[in-house]
Formats: sequence, structure tokens, C-alpha cells
Amino acid sequence: MKAGFRQTMAWSHGWAGVLVGWILYAVFVSGTLSYFKDEISHWMRPELSQARPQPDAIAQALRILHERAADSPRWLIDVPEARSPTLRVGWSITPERGKPSNLLRRFESLEIDPVTGEELHSRPTRGGEFFRQFHSELSLPPIWGRWIVGACAMTMLFGIVSGVITHGNIFRKRLSFRPGAGPRPWREAHNIAAVLFLPYHVMITYTGLITLMLMYMPSAVEARYRFDPGAFLMEIAPAPATGVATGRRADLAPLEPMLREARRRWDGVGPESINIEHPGDAGARIHMRRGDAGRISANAQILTFDGVTGALVSATPRQSPALLTYGVLRGWHFAHFSPALVRWMFVLCGMVGAAMVASALILWSAKRVPKPGDSSSWRLAHRALQSLNRGAIVGLWWGVAAYFLANRLLPVDLPFRAAWEARCFFIVWGLSFLVAAMQKARSGWATHFAIAALAFASLPVVNALTTRAHLGHSIPAGSWVYAGFDLAMLGLAGLFAVAAAKSFVAERK
Amino acid sequence: MPPIPLSQRLSIATRVVAAVVGGYTIASLAIAVLALLIPAEPSEAALAATMLSFAIYVAIAVSVFAIRSVWRMAACMVAAIAVLEATLWACRRMYWL
Repeated sequence: MKAGFRQTMAWSHGWAGVLVGWILYAVFVSGTLSYFKDEISHWMRPELSQARPQPDAIAQALRILHERAADSPRWLIDVPEARSPTLRVGWSITPERGKPSNLLRRFESLEIDPVTGEELHSRPTRGGEFFRQFHSELSLPPIWGRWIVGACAMTMLFGIVSGVITHGNIFRKRLSFRPGAGPRPWREAHNIAAVLFLPYHVMITYTGLITLMLMYMPSAVEARYRFDPGAFLMEIAPAPATGVATGRRADLAPLEPMLREARRRWDGVGPESINIEHPGDAGARIHMRRGDAGRISANAQILTFDGVTGALVSATPRQSPALLTYGVLRGWHFAHFSPALVRWMFVLCGMVGAAMVASALILWSAKRVPKPGDSSSWRLAHRALQSLNRGAIVGLWWGVAAYFLANRLLPVDLPFRAAWEARCFFIVWGLSFLVAAMQKARSGWATHFAIAALAFASLPVVNALTTRAHLGHSIPAGSWVYAGFDLAMLGLAGLFAVAAAKSFVAERK
Repeated sequence: MPPIPLSQRLSIATRVVAAVVGGYTIASLAIAVLALLIPAEPSEAALAATMLSFAIYVAIAVSVFAIRSVWRMAACMVAAIAVLEATLWACRRMYWL
């Protein structure tokens, strides 16, 4: 009975894996890139490369808002910090009476260099947000994308459990890796990546499901709240007390004491954004939202002050255990809290996760290499499988490189520029499948890896030719977002070059 | 590869459907019952129950493959759904009045 069960688990592990493996790989890669969402967004807007955070930025933002938007009912300030060093200010516009209002012109925003106070104009791009969205929605309509990714994540959770059962006692069995031909090295690589990083795989899969659990599993809230999810949301995330405009003018209280109070309550961390309702009115309210540094939970923490007296009006209450757990689980998934070293460790774990899925996909096809007596249709199917593997595993990286290259090479004033960058990603990724389908079955991997290596190696060069933020400038200037990005691209190029050399040797045999 | 007999194909298809659809149904019902029975504030009970849902789901999906006879597996699943539905109905009667 026991051996039978283990066999069934091994079998269902394999089929469940091959069903979702290609999507899971893309989700792992785009999720890993999303750990550096802010850095990618910053690199993709080189016009902002000189900006540095500055403690005086909030006062500067208020000066600009007083000048430009004195009559606006709402001001927003995105406080600069090391990972996104520009100051963003925004304000909403009340439509003038009697004029038809344009929905797109309800909100204005400016991006400012916090040191010089100059207004910055950056090229339109989706930056790192593109990968974040692809990670959770696959660039499909959100409802479809989220359900598909959710189903894949659930299958991954099943894959983890069935994999552990198949493997037997994961603590006692020795892990080994012996390079060579055939399926065995792929199985061993898969086992090492899966077993050594098992805690990460369980954590990232389960917390990923948790991020959208209220959409995937609504029945508990429906049962307890009688099909009124709104009431539930009001209880877990109560809206801060909103201000009401009185029509009487009053000056805004100085923000410095409020910022001190915020830092006192938040272990020394200041707000990441400030939202001012009805500035200049006696009913003004100031909402400060706590940044992610120094805490794991992703639950919002908001302090609301009276905008005229400066008194604290409301603060997010102490959170009860289940709500805090929910916030911490989501926080682990997003990893917004992590300082640089921890972030790189998460990236390593994510890359190993991608490698675990990739090695399993290759293993599945290596176990089914056609033998001399097999039918010609199976030969054709196996070739298609190998091409799909190459396009999905290596070709995805062509797309990533193309996305970054497009950011530097497309004309800055191209209409729908941000959309074209994303299209370049998909066009080049699609092209990689076409190239894979036309290659000979045995020699494809080396070429595929080599093209990826070339594409990533060209990125720092193209960056040096098109911007002033190249390595010769960014390293001496200590601009680590730019230097780090270029060095990471060179690192990826090196990784792919090694893979190309290894597969070249293997394919010659 | 030797051809797989029809009975085995049917057994596999039944189990896959049972794991995916049955697993979701049972997990859904179980957390609804839990949300009503956990003695805590409503939001706490609903959150705690929902956070457990995926663990319940995966446990059921694995059990579906662990039970040898396909008939016994199907009977267990129907029984579990019936018991949970009845409990949920009773709990709702208690809480929603």
C-alpha cells in the first residue's frame, strides 16, 4: 500500500508539474525580478539618475504645492527614499463649474529632484511594475490572469507535498549530484534545488496564495458576514477619518511635529507618503502612511492629524493576531521590508526556485527521448516539447533583455512608448520559440544561451552609449542602483555564457 | 509504452476531478464552518479560517490519491460534503438569526 501510494504521488507530481511548469517558471522569474521593482523602475528612467533623497524634501514639496495647487482639495506627497529617490507631488483638480470635466485631467503630478528642486521629466515606462503585474496576472485581464496564476500556485503546493512524499525522508536521504548524460543529473539537480530550499518554496507558494486569498476563497467571509464583504473589509482596514471642508480659510499647521510623532510611534521610520485633504481650509486633515522598512507586516499603518491644530485624530489600532498574521504572511511574500543583503538572498532563493522548475521540465523531456523503435509522431511531439522548453526557459530571458534594451533604444517621444516596451518583451519572447522550432533538436540550447548572454552583455554597453549613468560614472559617484543594475546584467550574461559553453560541449558529444 | 486500460483511465480522471473540484468544495465548506465556529471576533475568525484554506485543500487533494478504491474515495468525498453542508446550515441558523 505504501509503495503504491508513493508511486501514485510520483506520477501525479510529474503530470501536475508538466501541466503548470512553463507558467510557474515565468512566474518565478518575473517574481524574482520584482524583488528589485523599485531599482528596475529607477534604472528605466535615466532622466532621474541624479536624484538623491534629502531630509528637507517634505518642506520643499509643500512649497511647490502652495505655489501650484493652492485651491486643490487634495495633495499627495511621495517621500523620497534610497530605493526611489525622487520626490513626487500630486494634487487633484476640482472640475470648474459649468465646464464638462475630463476624467483624465482630474489629477496632476510632478516629479522633482529633491536636492536641486528641479522638475524632472522622465520617459514613459512601466518599469519594474511590468514584471510585478506579469508575475500575478501574466499580462492577461486581471480576473483571468489571477485565477490562472492561483491555480498554478495551488498545483505547485500540491507538487511540493507530493514531491516530499515521493522523495521519502528528505532529512535522511543523501543528496548527490553526478554530472553526465541522460535524465539522472537533471533529477539530482531538481532534488537539490527542491530539498535544500524547501522552506523558501513552501513559504513563497503559500504566501502567494494568501495575497489573493479573499478572492480565491471567499466562503469564510461570506459565511461570517452574511455575503457582505464590504463590512469585513471595513473591520480589517478601517478607513481613516476623512476631513470635511468648512469653507473657512486656515493655515496648515507645521508638519515637523507630526513627523516627529510619526517617527516616535514607528520605531524611527518616517512616512512613505503623505495625503493632505482640504489644505488651507479649517477642516484640513493630514494622513501619513508608514513605510515598509523595519517591519514585516504589509498591513497599512496610517496616522491622521488635524491639519490646523496638528493634533492626532486617529491611528491604526493595535492589530489582533489573525490580522497581524495575514499582514506578516503577505509581507514575507512582497519582501518590501528587506535590506539589501536579505533582498539578494531572496533573489537567490527565487532563482533556485526557477532552476528547480526548469530542471524538472528538462527532466520530463529527457526521460522521454524517443528510442529507435518509436513512432514518428512521438518523435515530432518530442521535438516540439524540446523547442517549447527552450523558448520557455531561455527565451523568456531574451524577452527580459529586450524589454530593457527597448527602454534605451526606442525613441523617447514614441507614442504609446510604455506599451511598446512591453510588446518588445512579448515579440522577442515569441521569436525565441520560433528560433527554437527551426533549430536542430540537439544543438539548440547552446545557441539559445549564447543569444541570451549577448543580449545581457550588450545592456551595460547600450546604457553607456545612450545615457550618462554608465559604469564609469555610476561606480565613482556611488550611484548603486545604476552600478548594481549594470553589474547584475553582466552577471546574468556570465551565467548564460557558462550555460552556453556547457551545453555546447554536451551537444558535441 | 504499454496502453493504459480504460478502467484505469477512468479512475485517474475521477481522481483528478475529485482532487480539483471536490477539494475546492470541501475546503470552501470547511472554512465557512470554521469561520462560524472559531470563538473570536468575526474578522479574526474569518481571516484565520481563510488562511487555513489552502492547507485543507492540498491535504484533500493528496488524500484523494491515497485512498485505494475509487468508489471508497468518492463515497468519502460525498459524505464529507454532506456532513459539512449540514453543519454549515446548522451554524448559519445559529448565527444568522
